[in-house]
Amino acid sequence: MTTTPILPKLVGQRVKRREDPRLIQGRATYVDDVTLPGMQHLFFKRSDIAHGRIRRIDASAAQAMEGVEAVFTGAEIAELLGPMPIGTPYSSPAHRAVAVDVVRYVGDPVAVVVARDRYVARDAADAIVVDYEPLPAVVDPELAMKGQPTVIHPEFPNNLAVALVPSGTGVDAAGKVDDSAIDKAFAAAEVVISQRMVNQRLAPCAIEPRGVVAHYELGKGSMTIWSSTQNPHILRTFIAALNGLGQDQVRAIAPEVGGGFGSKINIYAEDYVASAISKRLGVPVKWIEDRSEAFVATTHGRDILGYVDLAAKRDGTVLGLKLRLIADVGAYNMLLTAAIPTLTLLMANATYRIPAVRATLTEVFTNKTPTDAYRGAGRPEATYFVERAMDMLAQELKMDPADVRRRNFIQPHEFPFTTQTGAVYDSGDYEKALNTALEAAGWDRLKAERDAARAQGRLVGLGLSMYVEVCGLGPSSSLPTGGWEHGQVTIERDGRISATTGASPHGQGNETTFAQMLADQFGVPIEHVTIHHGDTAVVKQGVGTFGSRSQAVGGTALHMAGGKVKTKMARFAAALLEAHEADLVFENGRIAVKGAPASAKSFAEVAAFAYVPVPLPEGLEPGLSEEAFFEPANNTYPFGCHISMIEIDRDTGEPTLLKLVAVDDAGNLINPLIVEGQIHGGLAQGIGQALVEEVVYGEDGQLLTGSFMDYALPRATDFPRFELHGCVTPTPVNPLGAKGVGEAGTLGSTPCVVAAAVDALSGFGVRHIDLMLRPEKLWRIIHGGQA
Amino acid sequence: MAQVSIAVNGKVRRADVEPRLLLVHFLREQLRLTGTHVGCDTSQCGACTVLIDGRSAKSCTLFAVQADGSEITTIEGLARDGELHPLQQGFWEEHGLQCGYCTPGMIMAAVTLLNDTPKPTEQQIREGIAGNFCRCTGYQHIVNAIQHAAGKR
Amino acid sequence: MIPTPFDYARATSLDDAVAKLKASGGRAKLIAGGHSLVPLMKFRLSEPAALIDIARIPGLSGIREQEGRIHIGAGTVHHDVASSALLRDKCPVVADTAAQIGDPQVRHRGTLGGSLAHADPAADYPAVVLALDADIHLKGPKGWRVVKASDFFKDLFTVDMEADEIIVSVQFAPVRAAAYAKLHQRASRYAIVGVAAALDVSGGRVESARVGLTGAGSHATRLTAVEQALAGQPLTPAAIGAAAERAGAGLTHVNADIHASEDYRRAMVPVFTRRALEGALRRATASTAGRQRSGPSSSGTRWR
Repeated sequence: MTTTPILPKLVGQRVKRREDPRLIQGRATYVDDVTLPGMQHLFFKRSDIAHGRIRRIDASAAQAMEGVEAVFTGAEIAELLGPMPIGTPYSSPAHRAVAVDVVRYVGDPVAVVVARDRYVARDAADAIVVDYEPLPAVVDPELAMKGQPTVIHPEFPNNLAVALVPSGTGVDAAGKVDDSAIDKAFAAAEVVISQRMVNQRLAPCAIEPRGVVAHYELGKGSMTIWSSTQNPHILRTFIAALNGLGQDQVRAIAPEVGGGFGSKINIYAEDYVASAISKRLGVPVKWIEDRSEAFVATTHGRDILGYVDLAAKRDGTVLGLKLRLIADVGAYNMLLTAAIPTLTLLMANATYRIPAVRATLTEVFTNKTPTDAYRGAGRPEATYFVERAMDMLAQELKMDPADVRRRNFIQPHEFPFTTQTGAVYDSGDYEKALNTALEAAGWDRLKAERDAARAQGRLVGLGLSMYVEVCGLGPSSSLPTGGWEHGQVTIERDGRISATTGASPHGQGNETTFAQMLADQFGVPIEHVTIHHGDTAVVKQGVGTFGSRSQAVGGTALHMAGGKVKTKMARFAAALLEAHEADLVFENGRIAVKGAPASAKSFAEVAAFAYVPVPLPEGLEPGLSEEAFFEPANNTYPFGCHISMIEIDRDTGEPTLLKLVAVDDAGNLINPLIVEGQIHGGLAQGIGQALVEEVVYGEDGQLLTGSFMDYALPRATDFPRFELHGCVTPTPVNPLGAKGVGEAGTLGSTPCVVAAAVDALSGFGVRHIDLMLRPEKLWRIIHGGQA
Repeated sequence: MAQVSIAVNGKVRRADVEPRLLLVHFLREQLRLTGTHVGCDTSQCGACTVLIDGRSAKSCTLFAVQADGSEITTIEGLARDGELHPLQQGFWEEHGLQCGYCTPGMIMAAVTLLNDTPKPTEQQIREGIAGNFCRCTGYQHIVNAIQHAAGKR
Repeated sequence: MIPTPFDYARATSLDDAVAKLKASGGRAKLIAGGHSLVPLMKFRLSEPAALIDIARIPGLSGIREQEGRIHIGAGTVHHDVASSALLRDKCPVVADTAAQIGDPQVRHRGTLGGSLAHADPAADYPAVVLALDADIHLKGPKGWRVVKASDFFKDLFTVDMEADEIIVSVQFAPVRAAAYAKLHQRASRYAIVGVAAALDVSGGRVESARVGLTGAGSHATRLTAVEQALAGQPLTPAAIGAAAERAGAGLTHVNADIHASEDYRRAMVPVFTRRALEGALRRATASTAGRQRSGPSSSGTRWR
């Protein structure tokens, strides 16, 4: 008699999430839900000018207020904390958590109130008087590069955070540049497209603002810190370092985290200050960010200016690409600030065989909130610049945008493919993604619809964009944090499985996807698997969740740890069953000898034996717990094609997205339901960048989009129903074949929506429209005469 | 200080509060009902949505004293006798959430939507949650979740 | 976002509210829904020493018809205006306008009186009360006072009200041939430009027209040039189009911000005037063809 499997394979299934019951019932614990006895509340007094010298701070009235425990100025905090560390190899200005003598952006902290509750803390902040000597605000990055109107950090002449990084064809490891190939490409060009493009500044806007609770226990000499972070282990490293503690003396906890989108990778001033004040005062302290505070105090994303030149033949064959990038990084280098635009350099080759690429990057300080990672982080910018240029080429040559791309694709047999900018694309089939998208969207039919609408006087346009992403961030050579991830799998004494992952999620659903994998790996019900994360006291090691790496790197680490423990468990089972371990099968919660199901031992029986091994099988230690560090040999490079159709109101310039079709190839998928959610969210942010989102500063460096009254976050009414289609090209980089999908949606969507707008307005002679598509901007194109 | 008496999730709560205490802070900090979240300060994001006398409202834009004598339902009061509300079930089935932070407010807004319009069109659903921001989902699975709940009636 | 401390009192009647307001000597502000005031207080842009809560005053909210005129209590929330069967039937422009304010939650709390008294230059209601030539009924220590909508809006956040007066109701003769058209500011959902138009129609002609504009300037205002251009004209798209062209030509101060420059706002005034007039024309035509009921479904059985 043979038993048929009663447990279905879960990998690849639309398993509903195990995280959800607590979240849909209001029973999850976010950082603002953490309360400790005796806890004090922090409020940061912040600069309301963009640039100025602090002449004097008078906190005496605030200090005297009932309920106020203490007020710390920048100078006092500087006695507790050294300059904040950064995570990139670029030289950086010293950055104090609280400004000591000069404020450099609106929102730069100048003092911290510690009070009984947040109401009193807020009141006390109003009583602090700061006297500033205003300095000229540096706002325009291209003027800033000339040192105008002033220099923000004296040790960085002309505000050059990174003077010039060359990349592409003819650049050697030492940075020596040989331009002969790129010059030759442009000399041979029959057509050259040149365009200055803006990839505007965005606010990440996780719906949960940031927050931190720090508790230094005087008696133990150890610190526990809860923070809304994407990477508790990195937090622990830096909090320990700045507080003069060992990493063993700090426990960092990422409780439930309400979205991050890259903005919660950075370790912020408030984290350091909360920890230092708790240590100084010996009481737990809490700080929770207001939304208007988040707009100035949480890092922004994007803000890269690109000068793009594309050389081609008249048949559409691309000969060369020049990309001169100027990144406006704001006032300081944060953890990854300097590194983000280098990903734009890395991905300048896009999905194309470009014989010669010259990309350069300059990073510039301005009196704005610093930039850092925001979903996509450098890759949407690269995609945008190159895809817009491909569209302009198609327009110039009167070719279909699909055809001009098809002519230049890297072909499937060319993988692994080393790009001119040094990336090694793992696998891909770009033409397949394009064809799938064209067919799914009904490209020819859409063109007919567009033309029919135009015949009625409507302004309807179609856009298409390819993308290739760099995901699964690692290896360690590319990340100062290390590019591995850690997983540990323990078979408990009762046969249930506890696993830990260093990939600390904030909405990605790792508790479900990782449990799906382990349930399949061991042939047990998913209900018997628990994934632990987010607490450095529970999770031994980790890097974190960013760069679409959870599944590809973190998932693989768990898979490897699972493999190790399974091997060991098989040896215990073999001893119990008096069989050879190679003959064992794990299924339906049992371990049996192949072909002899009646012989089976339950998982719990084998587990119990492993913990009370009498007699202990030779060569085995008791217990079933194994860990693995997975260091990927390379990144993964998911890719896809996005198509959109929009209509622009002729009278007002208001754009309406009518259709969005996305084909995304992320390799093998663990849970398609969760993958769809990730893509939807990415699309919404990419479309948001195209249509409604923009951080705007005034000439005086004041933030003009300092709340949701002025910074438009997309609403449900802004979107049509997205149409998703997949193709699957597994990666050879990890045993799961999974590439990562967290950021992909943001890449193709932005350029394809802009392309659709340009197409809609092509009758007005427009070739390119800078982000974002503000109705007035479109209206001016339509009503040029009136503008 | 002012005295308030507010029925929260069916239980009358009496408390002395500072008049400036926002309703959301009363719920979260005095009653420890932390399922209601704060996501902005301008009444846009809807994370703080609760039902006041049966209608959705943003509890960050209300002082607790204004709610004196009212009946309030928060996310914690939605499930009955251990059984999930159909909207909670819908959000779970359809993957209507990722980070979960906007979810309680989104669900409470949807309760009112379905009270007013039991069989909404997709457009009505999107308009019904126009006062709630979600940064994770792109809203599509939220729409599905509300449709799921509406279909169960 | 924490407001400064204040004293709080709940008014039990209109007279009680007026008495409390007067007693405060200008220190107090009224609060009903609070959806204009509370956000300002949270940003500490408004720091009243006291709030007088008028939300529960009996009779201050509700919509009724009396002697051919519609009375809307100042405490009526936007949602109730938007879903009023009476308004949908007799004067749908008011319901339409209310339905475009903010979002569902805001409409459940925000009130007509609060919106008018606050007089945000981008609020929706001012345009429609102007187009309906509504009377705004105020009560103060000296008794009742009626202010025509056209005299009410004075300047930025400034209306013809004494510090101790309360808006009690808004009254107007219902007009079916009226519509509101709005260009949304995409973040706040306030009006970049909003225009309400009401037509008195007889025998296929516009006897008179009233057009209210919000969003463009410091305060809502009537577009009298358009009104004059329409008077006596045939009820045709051509006549409407020609009249709409004149919209805004005489505006001296036009707002400019990151969402819309002065040029763009100026250009949007005739566009939305035309749209409002077209909407009014459609309703005028539909009225003669037989009244139709439209709009959001009224609340029926509770869903839960």
